[in-house]
Amino acid sequence: MRIYVCVKQVPDTETKLKLKEDSTGIDVAGIKWIMNPYDEIAVEEALRIKEAKGGAANVTVVSVGPKSRITDCIRSALAMGADDGIAIDTAYEIDPFATAHLIHAALKKETSVDLILTGKLAIDDNCSSTGQALAEYLGIPHTSVVSKLTLQESGALAEREVEGGSREIVELRLPCLIAVNKGLNTPRYASLPGIMKAKKKPIKECTGSELGGDTFLKIKYSHFQLPAEKPPVKLIQGDSAQQAKELCRLLKEEAKVF
Amino acid sequence: MPRTLVFCEYDNLGIKKGTQELLTLVQKIHIDSFALLLGNNGFNFAPLIEQLGTFGVKNVFVCQNEILKYYNPESFTQALNLTVESCKPELILASSSMMAKDLFPRLAAKIKTGVVSDCNSLEITTEKVVVTRPLYSGKCTAQVDFLNSPIKVVLMRANQLPIEKAQTPSSPKVNTLSLPPLDLKTTVKSIVQGTVGKVDLTEANIIVSGGRGLGGPQNFKLLEDLASVLGGAVGASRAVADAGWVPHSLQVGQTGKTVSPTLYIACGISGAIQHLAGMSGSKVIVAINKDPEAPIFKKATYGIVGDLFEVVPLLTEEFRRILT
Ligand SMILES: Cc1cc2nc3c(=O)[nH]c(=O)nc-3n(C[C@H](O)[C@H](O)[C@H](O)COP(=O)(O)OP(=O)(O)OC[C@H]3O[C@@H](n4cnc5c(N)ncnc54)[C@H](O)[C@@H]3O)c2cc1C
Repeated sequence: MRIYVCVKQVPDTETKLKLKEDSTGIDVAGIKWIMNPYDEIAVEEALRIKEAKGGAANVTVVSVGPKSRITDCIRSALAMGADDGIAIDTAYEIDPFATAHLIHAALKKETSVDLILTGKLAIDDNCSSTGQALAEYLGIPHTSVVSKLTLQESGALAEREVEGGSREIVELRLPCLIAVNKGLNTPRYASLPGIMKAKKKPIKECTGSELGGDTFLKIKYSHFQLPAEKPPVKLIQGDSAQQAKELCRLLKEEAKVF
Repeated sequence: MPRTLVFCEYDNLGIKKGTQELLTLVQKIHIDSFALLLGNNGFNFAPLIEQLGTFGVKNVFVCQNEILKYYNPESFTQALNLTVESCKPELILASSSMMAKDLFPRLAAKIKTGVVSDCNSLEITTEKVVVTRPLYSGKCTAQVDFLNSPIKVVLMRANQLPIEKAQTPSSPKVNTLSLPPLDLKTTVKSIVQGTVGKVDLTEANIIVSGGRGLGGPQNFKLLEDLASVLGGAVGASRAVADAGWVPHSLQVGQTGKTVSPTLYIACGISGAIQHLAGMSGSKVIVAINKDPEAPIFKKATYGIVGDLFEVVPLLTEEFRRILT
């Protein structure tokens, strides 16, 4: 079985964000990059599937972006136990649709693809688009926000969260794409031997322009802005009863929530 | 003005609020527009169509088929594609719901265009469509420009736009679409109902959220009481979702839901950056915490430094008094 996991590097949430002076983007200097937490869950799931099959699977990690960043990200997945990687280097800004197109082009060159796993969204842009677009380009079914996954003879059985906390059980024919949610598993930490081994595992390198370039870009961000400075909190004084009364009054009369 | 298609979501109570906001906008700016309803064979759409009329909708597309009974990305993509071919929109609007965020990227890929989700402002003029959305967990916002996108697809977050009925209701013209037979590779096997009839956090206008300060699952009742008086929903921090006090579907934050209510009341939540990532888009934030140094106070509009076990029941009483 050939499993592909799409991973992305994102700024650590703790990182303080600065904008470029001309507001065309964020200042990436000093940012600490981490693997998107949902993608880590996808890597873990792929490894567990492989283990459940007694090793009879190959886990390939795919990433699109600036070379150094994606190589780091792929190496950390290889250190967790993935077998090999595909790095698609893009020097330009990309969007989920261009990303999906490039991964599609790269996967077309692979002998076979049985299962694609990825995170339900990346915590930097929160788009949750790449997986679905990739599935459509490949002509395979997808499901997202998956918190339980079982592989069967005929396909994949996925449990996903839908509106209002309801859960849906969906069956998909293979090959398919599954975008995973929290709760599916707890990703392992890379072991020291794992990190050492990862250095020797193969990463296929290609560039975005070889695979079609930026002609697939659909959206672009401009006019970046930091949120308006919030006025300081209004602390409500008095005993609990007075505080409760005053808060209701403020919400009604000042904030006009009601 | 761009010819616009509004994808309508509904539940037992009728057209959902997120959709109503979009219908209001479209009607106010006198755009050439269409509304789309998808559902099962035999489903009675008449009440929904009448409700669309109260928003001045003139044209409705209805597509009914047993494979549209439950959301299925394949059948819904096909139904939308069919609608797009018939009404040739330049702009598609939908609420940025969990369903829409799953569906529209697939549709966009099919019709070779792009989609922007989670938008928090939308302006439509004769020359252009200007949308903005938050990025990097709400640490900044940016304008989104469409490139090579013949059709712009915009998913708006709920609670961003006003809801107003048309002065004179219309009786919409109904166009029916029929879906050809499809070989679906996806099947919905079963649905386990969660909190039936409750609004989803992402759509709720008021959220009462609880953290570790609640001390245990049994105390969430306090928040449920307050939420029910306010007509709101209950949310939670990751600490309590991970502890199993509440289902994960209630978790707000970077690895939970991103919410944008008018009022967010955080009770016994410290305000970790990952929690703020999910709720800083709320219009009014109230923090109730016994620690005056808790970071949540930096984001809050109003704060009460105090014991939530004392304050929350009193708040519930006071709201019950002034709201009913
Ligand atoms: C990768 C990653 C992702 C994460 N994603 C999320 C996420 O999506 N959502 C999220 O919420 N967190 C997330 N976290 C966790 C986050 O960092 C915090 O640990 C978590 O939000 C803390 O939850 P809490 O505020 O309930 O608990 P605590 O931080 O323990 O705060 C409890 C608060 O309750 C107050 N309190 C106690 N008793 C009372 C009382 N009687 N009355 C009033 N106040 C009282 C205390 O003063 C304290 O401020 C994430 C962390 C990581 C590393």
